[in-house]
Amino acid sequence: MSIVTRGFTGRRRDDPKLPPGQYLEHTFPVLQAGPTPPVKTSTWKFTITTEAGAATSWDWKRFTALPAEDITTDIHCVTQWSKLGTSWRGVSLDTLLDGIETSAGYAMAKSYGGYTTNLPLPDLRDGKAWVAYSYDGKPLPPEHGGPARLLVPHLYFWKSAKWVTGLDLMKHDKQGFWEKLGYHDYGDPWREQRFQGD
Amino acid sequence: MATVSETRDETETARTLVLDVPGWTGHLPGQHVVVKLIAADGYTAQRDYSIASAPEPGRLEITVQRVDDGEVSAYLAGPVQPGSAQPGDQFELRGPIGGWFAWQPDDPRAVLLLAGGSGIVPLMSIIRTHAQVKSKAPLQLIYSARTPADIIYADELEKRTRVAPATVATFLYTRLTRYRGTLATAANDVKIGRIPGYAGRLSPEVLAKTAFPPELNPEVFACGPSGFVETAATLLTTAGYPPETIKTERFG
Repeated sequence: MSIVTRGFTGRRRDDPKLPPGQYLEHTFPVLQAGPTPPVKTSTWKFTITTEAGAATSWDWKRFTALPAEDITTDIHCVTQWSKLGTSWRGVSLDTLLDGIETSAGYAMAKSYGGYTTNLPLPDLRDGKAWVAYSYDGKPLPPEHGGPARLLVPHLYFWKSAKWVTGLDLMKHDKQGFWEKLGYHDYGDPWREQRFQGD
Repeated sequence: MATVSETRDETETARTLVLDVPGWTGHLPGQHVVVKLIAADGYTAQRDYSIASAPEPGRLEITVQRVDDGEVSAYLAGPVQPGSAQPGDQFELRGPIGGWFAWQPDDPRAVLLLAGGSGIVPLMSIIRTHAQVKSKAPLQLIYSARTPADIIYADELEKRTRVAPATVATFLYTRLTRYRGTLATAANDVKIGRIPGYAGRLSPEVLAKTAFPPELNPEVFACGPSGFVETAATLLTTAGYPPETIKTERFG
């Protein structure tokens, strides 16, 4: 069903880089469910736990000593804004997952402050996902997920968990924080998968 | 699908739209909807808007703050020319959405609401629902706006501080220079009805002086522009309100 809204003409912003239903944003809005948790790099830890329970951890020093990549990418928030050509620096999940034995199909990203979000593990591989610690040439600010956040720009941005502290690899998919509250399990902006059932 | 049944200007730049939505079964206060506008040539634009009203079958209200360069807000809350929503106009509406930033009407805990600008809208739904269900939960609002003229729902809020179950309210004015012809300073407070107003921003002093204390263990809802919410959440956690009791929603 679609009805024309009388009197609405809108502004044409037909940028082919904008997924359906998105508008172009020039600032960097902050969206989160609660207060920004204070996370110190001196105690920061990132842990990948396999479905068999084997854990691999990095402290800040070891993590930032890993080979890093510069990433320029568009990001898309489910609240309808998109930001084009954002610059990040971070460690590829391919690097972090290298040598970890798993046959898991899914991952639950876990954050300081208790936030969680679920993703298929293949979406974290092959140069599609990073743990980013720098934005626009500067250390990632706390309100944008600093010191480090997940960056999975081909999915809606709630999947790019702020203040990330680990991944639990899972045989079967489980829902994270927003997914349990009705948001989509996958969240492809080009298919407009905002909510369950989309 | 929603049909505009009535519009109400709340301030110079904020307008309430009363919407008839057949099949709407109500919502939890704090939830929002997605409004989707479709132009004659098929071009669409959509945005999230918080619900302002208390739950009611078949009907809801949103209050839209017109933003500079706003595409959807210009249509929903702009001048009649070149075109804005009038009674009888229709658009697509999806929701209610969001179950986190939401108040459960049977929750007996004290509630502390912190609003920045149009962040009052979902909090107003909480205030109205609190009255609708005659909740006994102590309820307090601290509302920061630029000037007294920017306070949305001023008359209703003033009334609700006087009628049981009462809301305790404080206004903060961030850009108060002149009010009723007098130059206001931090020492020259402004009241709307019985609601005290203070010039200045949310600060540890304002929080300590006006807010339910952490010992009361209130559930906190903070909504507004990002800077306001970030400040509010940091002040609250520093003052000893547990982070897990603070729910935030931001825009811009």
